[in-house]
Amino acid sequence: MSQALNNLRPDLSIIQQWVKPNSQVLDLGCGKGELLSFLKAEKGVRGYGLEISPDKITHCIKNGINVIEQNLDAGLSNFKDNSIDTVIMAQALQAVQSPDVLVDEMLRIGNQAIVTFPNFGYWRTRLYLLLKGRMPMSESLPYNWYDTPNIHLCTFKDFEQLCHSKGIRILNKTVVDDQHNEHWSIGLWPSMLGETAVYHISR
Amino acid sequence: MPAQIPDDSIGIITPKTQRFDEPLILRSGRILESYELIYETYGELNSDASNAILICHALSGDHHAAGFHSMDDKRPGWWDSCIGPGKSIDTNKFFVVSLNNLGGCSGSTGPTSINPETGKAYGPDFPIVAVRDWVRSQKRLADFLKIQQWAAVVGGSLGGMQVLRWSIQYPERLRHALVIASAPKLSAQNIAFNEVARQAISKDPDFHQGRYMDHGVVPKAGLSQARMLGHLTYMSGDAMKEKFGRDLKADELSFSFAPEFQVESYLHYQGQKFSTQFDANTYMLMTKALDYFDPTIDHDGDLVKCLSQAQCKFFVVSFTTDWRFAPDRSEEIVNALVQADKDVSYACIESENGHDAFLLPIPRYLDVFGAYMQRVESDIPAASTGAVIGAQS
Repeated sequence: MSQALNNLRPDLSIIQQWVKPNSQVLDLGCGKGELLSFLKAEKGVRGYGLEISPDKITHCIKNGINVIEQNLDAGLSNFKDNSIDTVIMAQALQAVQSPDVLVDEMLRIGNQAIVTFPNFGYWRTRLYLLLKGRMPMSESLPYNWYDTPNIHLCTFKDFEQLCHSKGIRILNKTVVDDQHNEHWSIGLWPSMLGETAVYHISR
Repeated sequence: MPAQIPDDSIGIITPKTQRFDEPLILRSGRILESYELIYETYGELNSDASNAILICHALSGDHHAAGFHSMDDKRPGWWDSCIGPGKSIDTNKFFVVSLNNLGGCSGSTGPTSINPETGKAYGPDFPIVAVRDWVRSQKRLADFLKIQQWAAVVGGSLGGMQVLRWSIQYPERLRHALVIASAPKLSAQNIAFNEVARQAISKDPDFHQGRYMDHGVVPKAGLSQARMLGHLTYMSGDAMKEKFGRDLKADELSFSFAPEFQVESYLHYQGQKFSTQFDANTYMLMTKALDYFDPTIDHDGDLVKCLSQAQCKFFVVSFTTDWRFAPDRSEEIVNALVQADKDVSYACIESENGHDAFLLPIPRYLDVFGAYMQRVESDIPAASTGAVIGAQS
């Protein structure tokens, strides 16, 4: 398992810790199916990924992953209440039309949910805006303001505020730095030092 | 005529015919005492018969799915874009079986065959067969070919319905089901189109209640109209706009009722061509099989319950501008499979070509189809050879 774990993107290796063996997972924006492949092989997890990129869908299919072509912005009404153990959305929250509705939907379908997103309160982002006076761009946010798919960027505090207002419980949270590593020092001031937020939530 | 056979063609193919003498009890309760099925095969069956793919044809299809029958053929088989060496269904890897369904008019027993009881062609007396009857006859063909389990059963449109039926009727007899541009059952609109087609045929004075063969005629006008209607429902508005626009055959309007728009003459050509090649009773019968198909009928109308019986993995494909078998119909199948906790993948292919798209070489379609077939290939069990077992012990 450790070799497979080392090959996994760091935020995904954090997520996988929170998924129970032999459970069922729905991965929203599953990409090439890296996480689902890992969970299937190492934890006996059954699941489906939703994706809209044709190339990524083909990739998933080659990898033996159950992938369903579905646009998250068109809703998830085709999934029944409490039908899935864990609903995961990695690095897609900021790119959907209604993140608040989607978080509700994730917790309607799943008993628990895991969400990761880029932290707009990251110190480099804050410094960029402060010094340059322009919308921040970085390796993880490489787009111009006018052509970015990231239409709903938020900070840790913004997300926690949303959870609070909806009565959503935060079971676990962690952050990873710009190397996507989880590091103890980040814990000192996560909203400033963490580049990517990883939240484990439930009703 | 192909000047030469293309490298990615399976080449010259000779169909085979198999007779079955075990009576087939049909969904209608009627019995077909004996029958013949015509079929083609492409590629080589491996030693444990685990690489076999069954192709199920659509409304006007037949057994000739790939390759050529002779160097004089103008066109290859109807699914040559997807079946052949190196193609999505790779005949270097798979043994592909494609048959003409019962009730057809291309060589399997159907309305144009001789009824042994009367010594004359069945005509309208040929029993109306249902999708489950076809699947039962296909299973007998599998038994004859000693194929215990299909690596995959594949079909588009009405063919996709046969695939769904396979998955619940003989769940242990297939590992993968590929359901393309299909639906779990027809909509009222679809049944309505079929009824208009049947009316066009049966109201043709040459139809003679289906006994046109006795009169030495063919209800060409009716069959042609039926095909024209069908054909235009298989195309999208955009594709017709792209292909014909409002182009005229002549330079100016004739102010007569003769066909003068290009789209009119195209439809007339398609209808006339079809009316000389296809049997009217078969067309009536095949559209009825489409209308009757509803596998949930034995499961309280519940598609989830119905598909729960399946043991295979599924791949469902739809096309964006297909309004005859629209993407949301495919999604009904996908959603039911998810609720039934089955392995399923789904792709909705961007295409301007309406329902016809499933027969066309659309790059993304061929790509994702091929990717899934790789998965089918990887699920072929390693051949068990007795020699290896003794070596270690």
